[in-house]
Amino acid sequence: MTPNESKAEMGISDRPKRGVPEGLWIRCPQCKATIFRKEAEARLNVCPECTYHFYLPARDRIAQLLDADSFEEWFTDLRPCDPLEFKDRLPYAERLQAEQAKTGMLDAAVVGRGFIRGRPVVFGVTDFAFMAGSMGSVVGEKLTRAAEEATRLQLPLLFVSGSGGGARMQEGILSLMQMAKISAALGRYDRAGGLYICVLTNPTMGGVAASFALQGDITLAEPGALIGFAGKRTIWNTVRLELPEGFQTSEFLLEHGFIDRIVPRKDLRTEVAKIIDYCEH
Amino acid sequence: MPPRNRLPFESDIYELEDLLERLEVGANGQLGSSEEIRRIRRELVGLKRKIYSNLTPWQTVLVSRHGERPQTMDYVQLIFEDFVELHGDRAIGDDRALRCGFARLGDHRVMVIGHQKGHTLQERTKCFYGCAHPEGYRKALKNMRLAAKFRLPIICLIDTPGAFPGIGAEERGQAQLIATNLLEMSRLETPIVCVVIGEGGSGGALGIGIGDRVSMLEHGYYSVISPEGCAGILWKVATETTKPLAAEALRMTAKDLKRLGVIDDIIPEPLGAAHRDHREMANTLKAYLLRYIRETRPLSVEELLESRYQKFRKMGFYLSGIENA
Repeated sequence: MTPNESKAEMGISDRPKRGVPEGLWIRCPQCKATIFRKEAEARLNVCPECTYHFYLPARDRIAQLLDADSFEEWFTDLRPCDPLEFKDRLPYAERLQAEQAKTGMLDAAVVGRGFIRGRPVVFGVTDFAFMAGSMGSVVGEKLTRAAEEATRLQLPLLFVSGSGGGARMQEGILSLMQMAKISAALGRYDRAGGLYICVLTNPTMGGVAASFALQGDITLAEPGALIGFAGKRTIWNTVRLELPEGFQTSEFLLEHGFIDRIVPRKDLRTEVAKIIDYCEH
Repeated sequence: MPPRNRLPFESDIYELEDLLERLEVGANGQLGSSEEIRRIRRELVGLKRKIYSNLTPWQTVLVSRHGERPQTMDYVQLIFEDFVELHGDRAIGDDRALRCGFARLGDHRVMVIGHQKGHTLQERTKCFYGCAHPEGYRKALKNMRLAAKFRLPIICLIDTPGAFPGIGAEERGQAQLIATNLLEMSRLETPIVCVVIGEGGSGGALGIGIGDRVSMLEHGYYSVISPEGCAGILWKVATETTKPLAAEALRMTAKDLKRLGVIDDIIPEPLGAAHRDHREMANTLKAYLLRYIRETRPLSVEELLESRYQKFRKMGFYLSGIENA
């Protein structure tokens, strides 16, 4: 039995379906080069040929960004339910079970406390592998609690968004209200004088972009991330116009003035630490 | 005058209304037929009540989009006095899909913020069918801040299919402007009441939807995504079959939202929905807004902001603690 098989039996998959495909070799979607997976992993899941930034699972993000073994996860008991008894082609309850089995996570967000180059921070991350990182009640609650804890502890707050799904449809209006909830918590944190840094990764769309992802004192983005409000299909259905090259990318947002800096993955730790030092009271 | 935009499920109502009209014209005060007229009138009331108390979610969506349903500018005329429209967003332009201005509500000075879809084709085109651009949300916030400075209560009338999804809207920061509004509205130091008067379409609705009280007209809807959008994603294609399924699954009617703890009150509409009687609808809404302003007056700013925070803080459902076997 290979290690992968034993993990599959436990319902935990080492490699989520989305993101970096399984196998020894992977194909870069940007430069189309075939690359050795281990080599990309050694470079923080970045293509060695063209620096395309691959998907990064939440736990890898924590390992890369925070000091080794410094992360203390909070609110691990929070798990989703199905308040609307939502059913499309598959009941939401079953979808949740499948996503949980696939990712080994209870929902799309991980929050807690850790250190960045010795600086304590409250940290939160959303993982695209779990229902496209979409925000339902659990994601909203965890991020809100994180913001409230950061307020109480007077610590800098760092969120990394990988929420291509925006507000989670299967929790309907309650997902939309999570946008309001986290915004209110960040508003209080801001008024209390806290520093909030948000890092946007590929992809960050819809209700997540329109709430916590773009409410930072500092908004950073990884190169080439898809960031925007409306999905390309929705825009096409409405305006029937060809979308410009590079539309809704990090570079597009930088050019239009909506983010502060584009930061390659390898430099994130250093940059975040530097900004924290500038914003001490 | 019967409405021009006829909804399919109302066909029995129209049939009776047409019959009634013919009888009324031909009656000439004759006694026998006036008995008939009274009978049909009674029947019509019963029929409207029956149909409108059993609307499916999809039918509710159709009613909320009815072409003759009163919109923000209709209410401005019918409810408020001395409206002074404020146009500029101080950066890009004047978004006609979102209207702002000072107004008087009875003895109170207020700030009105509301989506406008337009009634005529020309007006609808100018208003992008009620889909606001980033400049609309910027304008709304600029005027809400002004209202807060002078402690004027803010009345937000929500009626949009969603924020505009277009190239220009993205270039000018649709997500950014909505995000900013959510954060700022949660801490504006003046009372805010939001009423979904028709369509409550996702982030475009929420962008002026953070308030101390959030309510809906009886036949409005409020949803994270339009039924068309949801059907297109989850059922792969939006058809006459999948759109009603999505509308049902999303729990987007006033009754559902009240049950889920998302809205405070359901404001009743006239028999047969708001499009049948603008004046009656406006009177009900006016009474509701006046009552709200009277009730919030005694609250201090601290109390107001704390209760607004707690209102949204408790939204959502999740499980916690040790898992039950």
